[in-house]
Amino acid sequence: MALDKNGIAKRIAQELQDGWYVNLGIGIPTLVANYIPEGIEVEFQSENGILGMGPFPFEGEEDPDLINAGKQTVTLRKGAAIFDSATSFAMIRGKHVQLTVLGAMEVSQDGDIANWKIPGKMVKGMGGAMDLVASADNIIVAMMHSNKAGESKILKKCTLPLTGVGCVKKVVTEIAVLEIKDGKFHLIERAPGVSVEEIVSKTEGELVVPDFVPEMQL
Amino acid sequence: MNKVVKNVEEALQGIEDNMTIMLGGFGLCGIPENSINRLVKMGVKNLTCISNNAGVDDFGLGLLLQTRQIKKMISSYVGENDEFERQMLSGELEVDLIPQGSLAERCRAGGAGIPAFFTPAGYGTEVAEGKEVRVFNGKPHILESALTADFAIVKAWKGDTEGNLVYKSTARNFNPMMAMAGKITIAEVEELVPAGELDPNFIHTPGIFVQRIFQGEKFEKRIEQRTVRQRG
Repeated sequence: MALDKNGIAKRIAQELQDGWYVNLGIGIPTLVANYIPEGIEVEFQSENGILGMGPFPFEGEEDPDLINAGKQTVTLRKGAAIFDSATSFAMIRGKHVQLTVLGAMEVSQDGDIANWKIPGKMVKGMGGAMDLVASADNIIVAMMHSNKAGESKILKKCTLPLTGVGCVKKVVTEIAVLEIKDGKFHLIERAPGVSVEEIVSKTEGELVVPDFVPEMQL
Repeated sequence: MNKVVKNVEEALQGIEDNMTIMLGGFGLCGIPENSINRLVKMGVKNLTCISNNAGVDDFGLGLLLQTRQIKKMISSYVGENDEFERQMLSGELEVDLIPQGSLAERCRAGGAGIPAFFTPAGYGTEVAEGKEVRVFNGKPHILESALTADFAIVKAWKGDTEGNLVYKSTARNFNPMMAMAGKITIAEVEELVPAGELDPNFIHTPGIFVQRIFQGEKFEKRIEQRTVRQRG
């Protein structure tokens, strides 16, 4: 069965390693913070100027001066730090952040990503996404495999304006975990109960399928 | 050096049609709300506004969009403002969308006397169109130029009569860089204190970057996305 958003977040959380600084994008990526594996410690960086971001505040304790990059009210963990936007992107561009998780509208087999604009229809802006994808060595994309019309978003080539080129290494969708290398998608895992055939049929880009594709362990 | 002006009216004197104005803030957090309300009253037109976001329809810079006082916006993310998106898609509003880190660094560079710099952000995208590309350490980078403004308007938590500023939590965001990049920088603060009250070791923006400072009359501090968790 295909995963829900929390399932995707849970699978991505398995990639976290002890001691990492992690930037989570808006949407599904934000949910990753709810599934940190036991026994490891990670710090969340929010590009509007937080290191050591904590959970949402209790009702009545919301502080309008303390929000995350999605403009949601948050809290600080013990040992947190606050800084300005230039310092924040120095952390990002300077590769001090070990993992970036973000959403996408399209991903290509060359590791290109599009997530900020649909010409003539929707223009929200790139926010910090272009800085994040241009610099991070380790980028995981959390996304749905197909759009609402049922068309694959895992493509040979992106059709929408790009956010970054050749930067995505791993994609986690509701049905599969894919790695991108040598200009191809490689099927690493499938969601519990999802067949390889289904993944192949929903993937427009070139997909390398090994003889055995394990199920995700959630 | 006393930088204190008595109110928002005096603080914003000299802002005219066709000027470029930087406004601090991220979303609705840390925006100079008293000054924005005053700009609406002043009715200055054809403004170029440099600000990470454009407020929401009825608060922050969204107010200046409703009154069509903005000719051009330079921002990184405008997703929360329907009127903005409408004016942009219809071509009424000129918009320059730039990566958030580049926006921050371009303001910092503008204030720091660095005319341009190379960054990897935006390479291979439409942001790179027309910009010089150079390879450093095997990786392509694009040339981004500094940003400055006729006026920069920032919001701080506390400020003293010398113009030294301290921000609170994530209301800091773009304010320190924009304070550096204004030909004239106006600081709107929640609490104005006498020189000597702020610990010099904990000043975020040194007073040299601030020309005018005033205590805002009222801060609504609207929350854009109120998210909470349950107790227990």
